[in-house]
Amino acid sequence: MIRTPLRPLARILEARSRGENPDHIERENLRLRHETTRDKARRRAESRLLVTLLALVCGFAIIGARMALLAATEPAPVTRGAVEVISSERAEIVDRRGRVLATNLTTHALYAETRHMIDPVRAARELGRIFPDLDAARLERQFTDPDRRFVWVRTRLSPEQRQQVHDIGEPGLMFGPRKLRLYPNGTLAAHVLGGASFGEQGVRAAEIIGVAGIEHHYDDRLRDPALLDRPLQLSLDLTLQAVITEVLSSGMRMLNARGATAVLMDPRNGEVLALVSLPDFDPNDRPPPPTEGEPADSPLFNRAVQGYYELGSVMKSFTVAQALEEGMLTPDTMVDTRSPMQVGRFRISDFRNYGPELSATDVIVRSSNVGTARLAQRIGPDGQRAFLDRMGFLEGVPVELVETRRARPLLPANWTELSAMTISYGHGLSTSPLQLAAAYATLVNGGWRITPTLTRQRTLPQRERVISERTSAQMRYMLFQTVQRGTASFARIPGYGVGGKTGSADKPRATGGYYDEKVLATFAAAFPMDNPRFVLVVTLDEPEDTTGSEPRRTAGWTAVPVAGEIVRRIGPLLGVQPRPTAEIEQSLRDALTAAH
Amino acid sequence: MRSALFLLSVSVVVVLAFWAYRENHNTRQAMAERNALTREIAALEEAISVQRAEWAYLNRPARLNELVLLNFDRLLLLPMEAAHFGTIDQVAYPLPEPAPVDLDLMGEGIEVFGAYESDADEHREQEP
Repeated sequence: MIRTPLRPLARILEARSRGENPDHIERENLRLRHETTRDKARRRAESRLLVTLLALVCGFAIIGARMALLAATEPAPVTRGAVEVISSERAEIVDRRGRVLATNLTTHALYAETRHMIDPVRAARELGRIFPDLDAARLERQFTDPDRRFVWVRTRLSPEQRQQVHDIGEPGLMFGPRKLRLYPNGTLAAHVLGGASFGEQGVRAAEIIGVAGIEHHYDDRLRDPALLDRPLQLSLDLTLQAVITEVLSSGMRMLNARGATAVLMDPRNGEVLALVSLPDFDPNDRPPPPTEGEPADSPLFNRAVQGYYELGSVMKSFTVAQALEEGMLTPDTMVDTRSPMQVGRFRISDFRNYGPELSATDVIVRSSNVGTARLAQRIGPDGQRAFLDRMGFLEGVPVELVETRRARPLLPANWTELSAMTISYGHGLSTSPLQLAAAYATLVNGGWRITPTLTRQRTLPQRERVISERTSAQMRYMLFQTVQRGTASFARIPGYGVGGKTGSADKPRATGGYYDEKVLATFAAAFPMDNPRFVLVVTLDEPEDTTGSEPRRTAGWTAVPVAGEIVRRIGPLLGVQPRPTAEIEQSLRDALTAAH
Repeated sequence: MRSALFLLSVSVVVVLAFWAYRENHNTRQAMAERNALTREIAALEEAISVQRAEWAYLNRPARLNELVLLNFDRLLLLPMEAAHFGTIDQVAYPLPEPAPVDLDLMGEGIEVFGAYESDADEHREQEP
């Protein structure tokens, strides 16, 4: 920086020569210098002030804008409750009409914090008195153990028990809130609902996780915080489920059966309206899985979806349907039924001899093994296998139950001509009752393949045609005739036009071969037959009708009357208008001629 | 002029500060209220869910069935059957409507014809 001298020599000399005081020049210069400095300082100060002002205004504006924004925004919806680390919430499960099948109830768990305990010995004794199943001595040891600060005593308390524990007056005994999964209908639909239990536990909450059935399958959906308000709606109907359970269990008792199962399905979209498997259990108090004995005898076993059995003659419908579909015959074509039929060293015979030949309709109506075996012979193993695959018999049913994941049908290792013949009348291929219901739905609904589902369907699903409308109309007529004048005449319930096919399969021995006196009786039915709206499959395990002179075990005497009673009871509940049988038969004949 | 501007800005700041304080206070109040309401809603929802559970429990089909059996003598409830339904033909048609009555005509006198033609006037029926 160049400093201007305060006393520039030239001007001083000049001033001196003029006789002026040169100090004036210095002072003048000093003044000028001070003025410049002052101006600079002021400019700097002013710019600083400006910056400060700008900063203040900005801050003010930002705060103001934020407040304005807050004032203008819509109030956010209130989020319920505090966010818990462990969520104990779980959506409800309701039936198709919104009736509660599973809900939550708040109860309390009991725990002890030993450092707050005043008289641990007395507390343990009192707890032992309130809960006889608790080991008081062990509790006392835990309470007095100096290394322990925390003891879980019980996971569930009833309100009365809570009061009793409260009355002990021990400050170290604490209650933690617990959600309890409650199934108000008890054993009803137990196999569908499955059950739930506690997962991760904290003092404030415990996780509820589904352990079986639909609770397990939809576990993520039921615990999704966004969907807690929306219950999971099933396709089941509580009333139908109750009525079918009642009829089936009394039928099972009367016929001394080991177990029974029934499936009611809507053939148009595959909705399962009722699914019963007996014996059942209470999902509120789910029994532990069996550790010994046959797993299929446990009440936890869902016969309808896990029970893959050889179902016998009910499978004949599919053989005949395939023959019709492939144009091999019409309902009136005569089929050779000379019994017994010798295939290699294997002999196929009928329950009784039906003479040399029967019409295709009568093969179904009378349930002729020989007739169907002959048809299977003409169809051939490969064709049969492809057809059964299209009907969905060769793989598991993709229904929303966790139990179905591992259940698969048993297929013959080697699909020979002989296995084709035995499979044609239902031996050598195992099928679950739910799978059978789905296949019968296809048979009678005009040939559309459907996937069984347990959740409410509001739209018709994407469907694939498996058999033609004509074959479906012919099968409907044949199944109707079976009930009108064949093996299933106990299901002739006036007004509802039931049609169906019986099946009585000898149960296979674990050691190979078949039992003589142990039968699995099945009836697969649909109604009203001219426009089927419901498919019903009833299976009884080892039933025995002892009202006659000798025990009768065939489906016609066991499963059919039970199914008939079910139809009689549920028909009025379903909103099906009862109509005269003649009218239904005429409508079936009209459909036959229309389809030709 | 300057002092007026200064005074004005100071008073604006004071007013705004007061407004901001009040808003803050109101907000806290509203939040406290909201928390109380949330707790109340949670408690009520809890109560509703208990009621729903109880309703479902009391209406479970097994219990209703028992009640129907217990009260059979009073209610006479039986399972519905196909026979309980009728067709529309079984409902009798209403009788044909009678021809409308002409009150004026009824009120008029009826002439009586007969042997006593001469005193027909006296035989006119009187209006009711």
